Amino acid sequence: MALLEVKGLEVGYGGISAVRGIDLAVEEGELVALIGANGAGKTTTLKALAGMVPPSRGSVHYDGQSITRLPSYQLIRKGIALVPEGRGVFTRLTVEENLAMGAYIRDDRAGIRADLERIFGLFPRLKERRAQVAGTLSGGEQQMLAIGRAMMSRPRLLLLDEPSMGLAPLMVQKIFEVIDAISKDGVTILLVEQNAKLALQAAARGYVMESGEIVLADAADVLLASTQVRQAYLGE
Amino acid sequence: MDIFLQQLINGLTLGSVYAIVALGYTMVYGIIQLINFAHGEVVMVGAMVALTVIGALAKAVPGMPPFLIMGIAVACAVPVCMAVGYGMERIAYRPLRRAPRLAPLITAIGISIILQHLALLIFSRNPLSFPQILGNRMFEVAGAHISAVQIAIILGSVALMTGLTLLVYKTRLGIAMRATSENVQVAGLMGVNINRVISATFVIGAALGAIAGVMVGTYYGIAHYTMGAMLGLKAFSAAVLGGIGNLAGAMLGGILLGIVEALGAGYIGEFTDLCQVSWLAAGPLAERCADGGNFVLFGSNYQDVFAFFVLIIVLIFRPSGLLGERVSDRA
Repeated sequence: MALLEVKGLEVGYGGISAVRGIDLAVEEGELVALIGANGAGKTTTLKALAGMVPPSRGSVHYDGQSITRLPSYQLIRKGIALVPEGRGVFTRLTVEENLAMGAYIRDDRAGIRADLERIFGLFPRLKERRAQVAGTLSGGEQQMLAIGRAMMSRPRLLLLDEPSMGLAPLMVQKIFEVIDAISKDGVTILLVEQNAKLALQAAARGYVMESGEIVLADAADVLLASTQVRQAYLGE
Repeated sequence: MDIFLQQLINGLTLGSVYAIVALGYTMVYGIIQLINFAHGEVVMVGAMVALTVIGALAKAVPGMPPFLIMGIAVACAVPVCMAVGYGMERIAYRPLRRAPRLAPLITAIGISIILQHLALLIFSRNPLSFPQILGNRMFEVAGAHISAVQIAIILGSVALMTGLTLLVYKTRLGIAMRATSENVQVAGLMGVNINRVISATFVIGAALGAIAGVMVGTYYGIAHYTMGAMLGLKAFSAAVLGGIGNLAGAMLGGILLGIVEALGAGYIGEFTDLCQVSWLAAGPLAERCADGGNFVLFGSNYQDVFAFFVLIIVLIFRPSGLLGERVSDRA
């Protein structure tokens, strides 16, 4: 059984349904990409999976348990962490306090300290700025912080929402290297991206979303080669 | 001797109390953008509980040391107010969390009226004298007087403000509170149980309010079921003066407001004495002004005006307050 199994998920905001009954599954240890145009419902899907918006219909199973209507503060304790769109760092908190918030659910001081050093090893820039207020960081640094913060909870399933958004190409490359490293560490990842090419290159499988529905699902290299995806999302 | 130093001491005492009460307003506002107009009533409840406990203990156990009695009074007032603070959030504000902003605001005024009238029923409509068990030792500083009670209020407030600052900046709960105040949803993603943080904020604010209630009761020697209304409004003004949502701002605003008020009350009579105006003193008011007489337009009973005057000035010239961030509109 897959680690994450979504069946017939529907999410609506005040009568308008943003997600219209989607099915998707992510196996333990997989990196799966969810691509699609702006407004296709990708972010809403992730928000529902992370417990930020309640689904109106359908079911979500994680590790064999139904988690369909659990709030985010409980899901994180089960190992589901979301790096939200726009990063959502606490701009008035220091870098270190942001990372401490990532470890909010943990009590093992020694483990937290070790993970903090690991994050600082992954992102030396954050270590240099550990005492700085996060609002003073650049966009790329904030994205690193948001990912580092999510990693501080030691997630089993990491949901990433548009990690490349608004970043310079070099920084995008760096972020994707980190995503790759996290995936190789065994963390299961569901990656939402508008940058379809990068996402599909990193992922093993992909789903394509359009107007709240999943229209294509296949291995990433098959999707990358398909004319439909190339025309609609790769601009070829 | 000039009254300046004396009024400064009085203002500092009063300002310390305003600061402690203002913290309750600003903490709640910082987390859920609600102005809890019932917070002043929490202060009143604190004073009333303390008054009752002190009265009962002084009667029941004659030789009991006053400091012990005060300690017990505070130890009773604090949990009662914490319960009131928790209860009002749970019953009145939580169901309205997603309602338009005006709804919880009106509800706050409603809660305030309910608490006042419960106090009226329980404690009578008359001003009650707050038992003065601490005595009133006076110390002289450069010609001005400072009482033991004033010293206790100022030192106590400093201790409370230090404690709160440590709580908010150094503890897990404090960091979670600051994270929640910045972004509720992302704080939830981190595992913060938002309801619990909001409850904690109300409870901590109410505990501070309870101690402030004991302080004002002891200072003025009187308690009344409406005492929280004016005090609350002034503390709210202080919070706005400092920048609502900002802890340091509430402390600074409270102390500044206390000092402005005391100096204002001290000097307003002098400044509005029409006998100081020579043509009036020589002409129409000659009779009143003869032999050092005076014709005071506004006396120190206009003390309460200053807080609101300051509030209006701040709202016009610096709506974000002294230490507030200039956030025009948060999404």
